[in-house]
Amino acid sequence: MSMTITEKILAAASGKRSVRPGELINVKVDLVLGNDITAPMAIQEFEKIGVPGVFDRERVVFVPDHFVPNKDIKSAEQAKILREFARRHRLTHYFEVGRMGIEHCLLPEEGLVGPGDVVIGADSHTCTYGALGAFSTGVGSTDLAAAMALGEIWLKVPPSIKFIYYGELPPWVGGKDLILSTIGDIGVDGAAYQAMEFTGPAVAKLSMDGRFTMANMAVEAGAKNGIVPPDEITREYVQGRAKRPCQFYASDPDAEYARVYEYDVSDLEPVVAFPHLPSNVRPVSEAGHVKIDQAVIGSCTNGRMEDLRIAARVLQGRKVHPDVRLIVIPGTQKIYLQALEEGLIKIFIEAGAVVSTPTCGPCLGGYMGVLAAGERCIATTNRNFVGRMGHRESEVYLSNPAVAAASAVAGYIVGPKEVL
Amino acid sequence: MQLQGKVWKFGDNIDTDAIIPARYLNTTDPQELARHCMEDADPEFPRKVRPKDIIVAGKNFGSGSSREHAPLAIKAAGISCVIAASYARIFYRNAFNIGLPILEAPQAVSKIQEGDLLSVDLDKGLIVNLSRGEEYQATPIPPFMQEIIAAGGLINYVKRTINKK
Repeated sequence: MSMTITEKILAAASGKRSVRPGELINVKVDLVLGNDITAPMAIQEFEKIGVPGVFDRERVVFVPDHFVPNKDIKSAEQAKILREFARRHRLTHYFEVGRMGIEHCLLPEEGLVGPGDVVIGADSHTCTYGALGAFSTGVGSTDLAAAMALGEIWLKVPPSIKFIYYGELPPWVGGKDLILSTIGDIGVDGAAYQAMEFTGPAVAKLSMDGRFTMANMAVEAGAKNGIVPPDEITREYVQGRAKRPCQFYASDPDAEYARVYEYDVSDLEPVVAFPHLPSNVRPVSEAGHVKIDQAVIGSCTNGRMEDLRIAARVLQGRKVHPDVRLIVIPGTQKIYLQALEEGLIKIFIEAGAVVSTPTCGPCLGGYMGVLAAGERCIATTNRNFVGRMGHRESEVYLSNPAVAAASAVAGYIVGPKEVL
Repeated sequence: MQLQGKVWKFGDNIDTDAIIPARYLNTTDPQELARHCMEDADPEFPRKVRPKDIIVAGKNFGSGSSREHAPLAIKAAGISCVIAASYARIFYRNAFNIGLPILEAPQAVSKIQEGDLLSVDLDKGLIVNLSRGEEYQATPIPPFMQEIIAAGGLINYVKRTINKK
């Protein structure tokens, strides 16, 4: 029977020759993930189960990244629960402050996730790893607790939607623009409970970083997972990193899809998602004169090397507008160091930006850039819901790093061509 | 199981940031979470809500983050049941896992108004609108989910699985 890549991975992980959409299956997981918001609750539930230990101490990963370095006493208590559990159960992959990163930047970098894997994480953006040709999806804390004990989870096989991107991406247009445009087209529940398979010549040419951005935001269309067929670019990325053997799956040519969308991206320009939905997308040239108070470049969506390089190209030799606070957050300590060695950090600081240690902080209105009533921020993050970055009367606009950097210079939302 | 309560109505795409803003996620205490339930959708909600009340909302309820604090906050606020046109998938799983009854009933949602008194039969998925004299049928809960409910939530279900092994 012909299958999509998502179906093939799920079939293998459930010990079946084939699976079809709608089928309920029990799946062995290669890795489970929790953070300082979701894992404390999972640990509480895990302890109720009454098993002596986790199913495999090398496959339960904890990354404190949301409210660390601890933003207040309560957060400190939460992070402590994580740390103590990791020590008690001798977890191999607990990443302490100073050696950590934003989880979805960190795990691929560390080679903890790879092609063919099944990964579940108590964080909705766990779908990021689909960029490597893995099946990965977000769950809640109780599901995480169960998977920590059993090493398996029940899932319903999702129908797949195929997205084919033709043409060549124009300058300053990247994975963020592809995914935002797609969500703009299909809506925030346009792929609900389904797999988004990203294919076509434009995706085949996209860097790993661009692919991570695309898969990361599959959940913003309601998808269970996003996935990119692994290829030579994937192979090059995982070589020397992958801690476990990889399996490169491909969809069969006659695999069945619930729907197929085709886009020519040759004329795409950078886009901006206006408040308060990621689907509220407009080309940046039609943004109008939207004044901003803050710009954030970072997050599990756009906090990687390529993103920082793009932002630095725009900011080099320029100054952040006097009315704007620019916050740059490298996704991991390694990315931070690399950016330092390449001189990017100097460019950011000379431009008048603040550079932070890796954290999810401002993206979810946690800390490090919370907005006051009436304030506006352009951010390379993934959500622009009401109150997402602070006060419920503040506003978040989503864009790629070039637009965020250019807007920080201009003081209002513009594309990079306007300031270069 | 039979429930009865007064309706609070919300629109489409009520995300988990609206249900429980991240600024309160530095705790897992249900009562503390309940004090800020739905705050960014309606700042007055935590003060207005009464035990047994029912939330009725449009499509894609619970979209966004995976925070289980969202269904926990709703449950701890005393809400007996959520009825929505559709749910985001992580919220859907989380609600069952923590024992918050939720029903999917797109037709009902368009007819129910704020303040209506509803009687809900969870087993049959039958919703009776006592204020309007109408009846609506919700989508039946998948058999697999019913097993988890029968076990008393996911954690008990897992205990049972482990004992079998």
